[in-house]
Amino acid sequence: MTYLRRFGHFWYDFVIGDDWVVALGVVVALAVTWFVTHHGRNWYWLLPAVVVILLVVSVRRVSRRSGS
Amino acid sequence: MKSEILLILAVVLATAVEMVEALTIVLAVGVTRGWRATLTGVGVALIALVVVVAALGPAITHLSLTPLRLIVGGLLLLFGMQWIRKAVLRSSGFKALHDEEVIYDSTRGSALEAPRGGSFDGYAFTVAFKGMFLEGLEVVFIVLTFGTSQHRLALSVLAASLTVVAVAAVGVLVHRPLSRMPENTLKFIVGILLTSFGLFWSAEGAGVAWPGNESAIPVLIALIAGTAVLLTAALKRQYGRIVASQDAL
Repeated sequence: MTYLRRFGHFWYDFVIGDDWVVALGVVVALAVTWFVTHHGRNWYWLLPAVVVILLVVSVRRVSRRSGS
Repeated sequence: MKSEILLILAVVLATAVEMVEALTIVLAVGVTRGWRATLTGVGVALIALVVVVAALGPAITHLSLTPLRLIVGGLLLLFGMQWIRKAVLRSSGFKALHDEEVIYDSTRGSALEAPRGGSFDGYAFTVAFKGMFLEGLEVVFIVLTFGTSQHRLALSVLAASLTVVAVAAVGVLVHRPLSRMPENTLKFIVGILLTSFGLFWSAEGAGVAWPGNESAIPVLIALIAGTAVLLTAALKRQYGRIVASQDAL
C-alpha cells in the first residue's frame, strides 16, 4: 500500500505538480475548446488566454500566501 | 525548419538542466562512497531509461496524430507551466534558487552518515540510480512528447543523447557540481518552449485551426515569454516591499 501510494504520489507530482487548479483549468479549457470546435467555431484564442490567466493566478496565490 | 530548431533547443536545454541535477547527486555519492556501485547505479538507470524510450516511443508513434497531439500536448502544457511557475517564483525571490553546491554538500553529508556493509555498496547504487532515473524520466518525457508530436523522434533522441554525453564529459573534467550554469534562466526558457508547443499541439488536437498554421508558434512563444517576464517583474516588486516592511519592524 505504501509503495502504491508513493507511486501514485510520484505521478501526481510529475504531471500535476504543486497547483492542481492549473491542471484542472487546462483540462476544462481543452474540453471547452474541443466542444466548440466540433460545433463549428474556431476558438483558437481560448487556450492561450486561459493559460495566461492560470499562470498569473497561480503565482499570485503563492506570493499572497508568502506575504500574509 | 524553424520548429525543428526550436525542438532541438528545447530538448537540449531541458536535458542539460536535468542532467546537471543528476550529475550533482552522482558526483556527491561517487566521491564519498566510491565509484563502482555509483556507476553501476547510473548504468542501470540509463538502461532503464532506454527501455522506457524503446517501449513507449514506437507505441506512441502508432497513435493517430489528433488524439496524440491532444493528450501529449496537454501533458507538455502542464509540464511547461510547472517549469515557468517555479522559474518565476525563484527569480522573484518567493522560492529558493536551486543551488547545486548546497545539494552536493547535503547529499555528501547523507552519504557519509549512511552505514556501509558487504562488498557491494547498496546505498551508493540506490541513490545514484534514483537520481539518474528520476531526472532522466523528465528528459524521456520531453524527448518522447516533442519527438512524436513533431514526427522527429530520432532527432529528439539524438539531441538528448549528445547533451547527456556532453554534460557527463564536463562532469568528468571539472569533478565538481556545475553550479555556474544559469539553471533558473534555462528553466525559464525551457518552460516557455514547452508551454508554447504544448499549447499549439493540444489546441490543434482539440480541433483548432491556428491562424497562419505553424507561424502561430512564435506568437505563442512571445505571449508566454511576455507573461512570464511581466509576472517576474511584478512579483520582484512585491517581494521587495515584503522584505522592506519586515526590515522596518
